[in-house]
Amino acid sequence: MTALVPRADFPLLARNPDLVYLDSAATSQKPNAVLDAMRDFYESDYANPHRGAYALSARATERYAAARATVARFFGVADPECVIFTRGTTDSLNVVAGAWGRANVGAGDEIIVTGAEHHANFVPWQQLALETGATFTICPLTSDGYADVDSLRRAVSRKTRVVAFNHVSNVLGAINDVREIAAIAHGVGALAVCDGAQGAPHMRVGFDTLGADFYAASAHKMLGPMGSGVLLGRREILEAMPPYQTGGDMIAFVGDVTTTWNVLPHKHEAGTPNVAGAVGLAAACDYLDAIGMERVASHERALVKLAYDRIATIEGVTLHGPRGGERSGVLSFAVADIHPHDLATLLDERGICIRAGHHCAQPLMRRLGVSATARASFYVYSEDSDVTALVDGVESAKRVFVGA
Amino acid sequence: MADTSALYQEILLDHNRRPRNYGPLMGATCVERGVNPLCGDELTLWLRMEGDRIADASFVASGCAISRASASMMTGAVKGKTREEAAEIIEHFRALVTGHASASEFSGGLKVFAGVARLPQRVKCAVLAWHTLHAALVGRAGIAKP
Repeated sequence: MTALVPRADFPLLARNPDLVYLDSAATSQKPNAVLDAMRDFYESDYANPHRGAYALSARATERYAAARATVARFFGVADPECVIFTRGTTDSLNVVAGAWGRANVGAGDEIIVTGAEHHANFVPWQQLALETGATFTICPLTSDGYADVDSLRRAVSRKTRVVAFNHVSNVLGAINDVREIAAIAHGVGALAVCDGAQGAPHMRVGFDTLGADFYAASAHKMLGPMGSGVLLGRREILEAMPPYQTGGDMIAFVGDVTTTWNVLPHKHEAGTPNVAGAVGLAAACDYLDAIGMERVASHERALVKLAYDRIATIEGVTLHGPRGGERSGVLSFAVADIHPHDLATLLDERGICIRAGHHCAQPLMRRLGVSATARASFYVYSEDSDVTALVDGVESAKRVFVGA
Repeated sequence: MADTSALYQEILLDHNRRPRNYGPLMGATCVERGVNPLCGDELTLWLRMEGDRIADASFVASGCAISRASASMMTGAVKGKTREEAAEIIEHFRALVTGHASASEFSGGLKVFAGVARLPQRVKCAVLAWHTLHAALVGRAGIAKP
């Protein structure tokens, strides 16, 4: 199973031919296509968009608008004005909780999240509940780590204002059924807010037919730059909700006493935008589209299945998350008597990068009954030799620790 | 890529497998909890003070080999020491794991932690027990406890 793309496309991987990068769920490496597009914006069309009366500023505005159109197409959003550029998933989810939430959730209402949320889709809702006096409910998980839709169906009521859930767990790789969860939320008039940080990089999203009211994603996990991301939302909700931040660009008219808001998407993008970040994300979308998201998904699932099957044969290993079921390219595991941090350090000695820790999912760690896991994750540039290196590395760490 | 072979020596692995001074301390006069918010490691430290002297020390920890072995060796190293002597050992250890002191200043197993200086992301594991001891002895605000 060779990589889907040449390693030479990725300068960092090309410069480090022996590096085994298995931490793409934390952040992905960058192809030349993305780096070149960002550099070209700075070198060819750089000015502040939406402002200047001169041609260069108009070109910058065009680059920004073109990036939005590309990103909209990639995510299956027919109306590019429903694509809000943000700093990333955390920022996107804070926009929803902070702006829509404060305006629409009150004492006696209920907010439901799942027990497998990244802190980015947990803490903003928990804090909103504490601020407003709303009830904060954590939906249980199935033994494989999926949101338990039967429990969710029983939990929701007319008091439920929002159900916030992940598309794909960043720890377990479990892929939730967005349509089904959104339908349960809509059945009681609640909003469905989906954290797509681990979904968008790995499978086709198709937002307009997905069912979710909001979908959040980060550019840096899908070959794009850090500090860039999107919030996708339904037009009527984006129009009705107040802005999260106020300032430049997002206004229509500023009076001495009151201010009126700009139209979508600008209303939700206060201040000078991160145009290079948007251009980089658009280039990443084009790069992924050229591969084909169906191929991306099947490549990762084949790799993670190979890794699962091979790691499962190592004595003393516990694998978390779906057993045999469909999972994204994320594998969390524990090796008996070796703490994940020690394992990560010993693997690092062999040039293998894995993540060890709570993965910004402490509520999930409690539900798994562990304080940390080791996590390997795959992407378009991963291949079976990476799995072999990982398996050999785990065996070697065991020899150091338990003399096995 | 760090050379970790100098760090994961038998002495460290042994203290991880069979930590000394492990478990709650009967007659403790002081208990302090330390957490490492980045990785979720937790440690509880018990001290039995006799006047100005640490008569006995013990700990319980969930964490990596580096943090457990460090706590195990630390409790052994500070037993019988005065507050002032313990504070000096703490300072020395911090210097050792951040590459500001030589291992030759240490006797016994603690030398092994010189290897942490090459792994900046693991320094926090090595110093967890020592920060907890410092908090127990002088308080988090740095005010000496009576």
